[in-house]
Amino acid sequence: MSVPKNGADGFRPKENLKRKPRLGETVIQGLLFFSGFVSIFVTIGIVYELGKEALLFFRNPAVTLVEFFTGTQWQPTIEEFGILPLVTATLTTTVFAMLIAIPLGLAVAIYLSEYATPRTRSTLKPVLEVLAGIPTIVYGYFALTFMTPLLRTIFGSDVVDIYNTGSAGLVMGILILPLITSMTEDALSAVPRSLREASYGLGATKFETAVQIVLPAALSGVTAAIIVGLSRAIGETMIVALAAGAGPNLTLNPFKSAETMTGHIVRIAGGDLSYDSIDYDSIFAIGLLLFFITLTLNIISQQIVRRFREVYE
Amino acid sequence: MNKAAPIHPEFAQNLDARHRNGTIWHLVIQASTIVGIIALIAMLLNIINGALGYVAYEGRVDPATLSVDGVTIEQQSKDQLIALLQGKLSKGAYNKLDTEKPFAERPRSEIYQLILERVVRIEVVDNWNLWQSLTQADQIKANVAQDYPNADLKFVSWLTSDFVTRPQSSEPVTAGIRTAILGSLWTILFTILIAFPMGVGAAIYLEEYATDNWFNRIIQTNINNLAGVPSIVYGMLGLAIFVRTLEPITSGALFGFVEDATTANGRTVLAAGLTLGLLVLPIIIINSQEAIRAVPRSLRNASFGVGATKWQTVWSHVLPNAMPGILTGTILAVSRAIGETAPLVVVGASTAINFDPTSPFSKFTTLPIQIYQWTARPQDEFRALAAASILVLLVLLLSLNASAILLRNRFSRRF
Amino acid sequence: MTTNNSDPKYILETRELDIFYGSFKAVTGVNMKIEQNKITAIIGPSGCGKSTLLRAFNRMNELYAGTSIKGQVTFNGEDIYARDVDPVEVRYRIGMVFQKPNPFPKSIYENIAWTARIHGYKGKMDELVEGALRQAALWDEVKDKLHQSGLSLSGGQQQRLCIARAISIKPEVILMDEPASALDPIATLKIEELMQELKKNYTIVIVTHNMQQAARASDYTAMMMLSGDGERSGTVIEFDATNRIFTNPKDKRTEDYVTGRFG
Repeated sequence: MSVPKNGADGFRPKENLKRKPRLGETVIQGLLFFSGFVSIFVTIGIVYELGKEALLFFRNPAVTLVEFFTGTQWQPTIEEFGILPLVTATLTTTVFAMLIAIPLGLAVAIYLSEYATPRTRSTLKPVLEVLAGIPTIVYGYFALTFMTPLLRTIFGSDVVDIYNTGSAGLVMGILILPLITSMTEDALSAVPRSLREASYGLGATKFETAVQIVLPAALSGVTAAIIVGLSRAIGETMIVALAAGAGPNLTLNPFKSAETMTGHIVRIAGGDLSYDSIDYDSIFAIGLLLFFITLTLNIISQQIVRRFREVYE
Repeated sequence: MNKAAPIHPEFAQNLDARHRNGTIWHLVIQASTIVGIIALIAMLLNIINGALGYVAYEGRVDPATLSVDGVTIEQQSKDQLIALLQGKLSKGAYNKLDTEKPFAERPRSEIYQLILERVVRIEVVDNWNLWQSLTQADQIKANVAQDYPNADLKFVSWLTSDFVTRPQSSEPVTAGIRTAILGSLWTILFTILIAFPMGVGAAIYLEEYATDNWFNRIIQTNINNLAGVPSIVYGMLGLAIFVRTLEPITSGALFGFVEDATTANGRTVLAAGLTLGLLVLPIIIINSQEAIRAVPRSLRNASFGVGATKWQTVWSHVLPNAMPGILTGTILAVSRAIGETAPLVVVGASTAINFDPTSPFSKFTTLPIQIYQWTARPQDEFRALAAASILVLLVLLLSLNASAILLRNRFSRRF
Repeated sequence: MTTNNSDPKYILETRELDIFYGSFKAVTGVNMKIEQNKITAIIGPSGCGKSTLLRAFNRMNELYAGTSIKGQVTFNGEDIYARDVDPVEVRYRIGMVFQKPNPFPKSIYENIAWTARIHGYKGKMDELVEGALRQAALWDEVKDKLHQSGLSLSGGQQQRLCIARAISIKPEVILMDEPASALDPIATLKIEELMQELKKNYTIVIVTHNMQQAARASDYTAMMMLSGDGERSGTVIEFDATNRIFTNPKDKRTEDYVTGRFG
C-alpha cells in the first residue's frame, strides 16, 4: 500500500481512523520481543547443556547415582566418583563465610539504619560499595597472601596448612558482607517509622527497639538476604580456587586443604580437557548440582519475601 | 533525681541496666562496622605491600660478552639484535618465534626484551615485600652480598609503565600485562556489543510492551533467577555452546578467518565475550527496567496524547529520560565483567600467549586470569607481579566507575 | 449529505457508554452529543468519573491496564473503538491537554516540531511553530527563547505550550482535563480567554470542578454524579445548554449542586 501524500496543511491525511501500516513499528516490536525471550533461551541452554553432559556422566558404567551423592572419595583415576569431599569443603567455606557475614552484616545494617548519622552513612556506604565491587580474584589473593599467614601465625603453621578452607571462608565472608548489609538495610528501612515511634514512646531504648521491634518486623527481608548470601557463598569460585586447596579431601577441619565443588570445576576445566572424557562430563554433573542448589536457594528467598512480606497497615 | 519508692513495684527498676546494655551493644555494633573498613584497608595495604620491595637480579650471561665492536646490546641496532638472537638461540626456537610474529615486524624494544629474556637470561633470585624491605633493609643487603655476590639489588616498584606496556612472558623480569589488558578490552567490547542492545531491548519490552500474563511473568522471574546463577555455570554454558557447539563461528572458520589451522578452536575472544555477555545480561536488564520504570507517567501521557505510537514514545521520550540509569547499569555490568575470572578459565583463556589479540577470533587472556595464574605460582616474584597487576585492575575499575558517575551527572543535567 | 444550516453538527457522540476498570464499572450509560465548534463542560463532584469519561473520547484510558468499554463512542460517525481502528489515529484527530502541564523536556520549539514531525509534517516548520504559539497566545512571550527548555516556563505558560503543541497538528477536538486547576487565577483567566478564541476552529470538551468557570466559559454542560449502577459508578444525570443548567436545571440534584447546596 503506497504512502498517502500529505494534505494541503502539510500533515499526513486525515481520512479515517483505521489502522495504517507501520512496518517499522512491527519490526521493532519483534526485535524487542526477541530480546525479552533471549533470557529464556539462556536458562534452557544452561539446563540442556549441563543436563546433557551430566547424563553422559551418569550413563558411564563407572558411575552410579547413589555413589555420586554418598561416596566419600572423588578420584577419577581409580573411578571413584563420590561427591561428598567436595560438598564438605563447600560446606566448610560457606559456614565460615556466614559466620563472618551474618553477624557483621546485620550489625552494620542495623547501625546504618538505626544509629548512623548522615555523615557516618556517607562514609560507610561508599566503603561497602567499594568492597562489593572488588573482583573476587583480588579477594583470593588477599586470602592466600594475608589471611592464611595470619591464621598460621595465630594457630601455628603445623596446625594450619598453606591451603585451607577456613582462610578462604573468612575472606569470602568479607566479600558477602556488603550484600547482606545492603539487602538487610533495605528491609529495615521499609519498616515504617510509626513502629519505631511506638516503641520509643513506650520507653524502650534504641537498642531494644532496633533488635526486638524493627529487626523482627523486617524478618522476611533479613531471611531473604541471608539465603542470597548463602547462595553466593556456595557459588563462589576464585577465592577457594586460590586459597582453599587443590584436591578433594573429606574433612570438616577448616585448617586443612580441601577442594570445593567450584574449585574442582575450575581446576579441571582450566587444564587439558578433551571433550569426550569422563572428566569433562563429571564437571558438568557437578555444575548441574551447583546450579540447582543455588537456583533453589534463590527461589526460596524470593518466595519468602513474597509470601511473608510483613503487612504493616 | 529523686529516688522515691517505685510506683509499680512489680516492674523491676532496670533502667540503668538496660541503658548499660544498650551502650555495650551500641559499641559492639560500631565495632562491627569498623571491621569492613579495616578489611578494605588491609586488602589495599596487602596489595601495595606485595607490589613494592627489594629485588635481587642476576643474569646468566654477562651482557658485556654480547657487545659487538664495543657497542653494548643496549645500543645495538635492530638488525644487530636479530643477528644476535639468531646466533644464540637454537634453530627451532628462533624459527618458532619468527613464525609467531616475523622479526621484521617486531619493534626493537620487543627484540631487546627477547634478548634479555632468552640470551642474557636475567632472573630474579630473590625478592622481598615492602614491609620486609623497609624494616630489614640492612639484613637483606647483607644476605644478598653473601648468597648472591653477582646479583644486583634494587628497590623497585613492580608496577611500572614498562610493566603495563610489555607483553606477557614466562620470565618475571620481562613480564608485562599488555597482552592481558588488551585481551580484557577486546573481550569487554564483545560483551557490551551483545549485552547492551539485548539487555535494553528486553527491558523496554518488559516495561513498555509486555502485558501482565503468565508468559511475561515467567520471563521476569527467569531474569531475576539468572542474576543469581554462579558465574562458573555461565562459564560452563559458554564452554559447551560457544566454544564447542558453535566452534565454526567462534573460531572464525566459518568466515574463512582462521589464523593458524593447527591450533584453531573456539577458545577465542568472541566466545569469551559472548559468555560474559550472557552473564551480565540480567544486570543490564534489571537496572534498565528500574530506570525505565522511574520515568514519570506524565511524560508518556503527553506523548501518547499527541498521537505518538508506542515506539515513538519510547525512543523520543522514555529512553532519553531513562538513559542515565541505563548507563549506570551498563557500567556496573562492565565492571563486573572486567573482574570475572572463573567463567573465562572454563571457556579457555590461554595460559601462555604473548601476542596481542587482533581479531575476535584471536586466542586471549585477560587481566584477572593473568592475576590468577601468577598468584597460583608459589614463587614470590610471581606474587609480586600479581600484586602489581591487581593495582592496575583496581585503577581500571576505579576510573570506569568514576566515568560512570560523571556520565550520569552529565546526562541528567540536560533539561 | 446535505445539511440544513440550522441542524447542529455533532462531532462526538456516545451511546449507552459504560467504562470499566477490570470488573469495576466506573461510568454508566452515558448518552451525549458534542456539538462542533462549541465548548462542552463536564462538571460534578470529585471522584464521579469525569476524567474517566473524558479519556474515553481519545482512548487514553487504555494506557491503564484492564480498562474496557461497553456501548459506543463515535467521531464523525465512525466508531472509535472498532477493532480496526488505531488509537494513534484517534489521538491524531482528538487532542488532549492535561491537568498538570506536561511539556516534553525539550526546547519550546522542539515540543511542537517533534509533534508535527511524527505526523509526517513536511512543510515549513518555523511557520508552523509560530502559528501554533500564536494561536495559543504564547508567541510574544517566548519568541526570543524558542530554544530554551519548555520546563523553564511558568506553570501557565507551560500549559499554553501544551495547548500549542496539541493544536499544532490541527485536531478537530481538544479535550481538556481540568487544564487550569494547577494554575493561579491570572493564568486561569488567560486559558479561559484562549478557549473562546480556540472554539472558532476547534471543538472543546472540558472537565472542570470549577462551576463558575463552566458557567462563564461553556456553551453546553454535562452534570455528572455517582448515580450509576453500583455504589461508585458515575453517570451523566443532565446534559443541556449551559444557561439552562445553571438557571433552570431539570434535575433536583443538578440544582442542589450548582447552587452550592452540596458538592
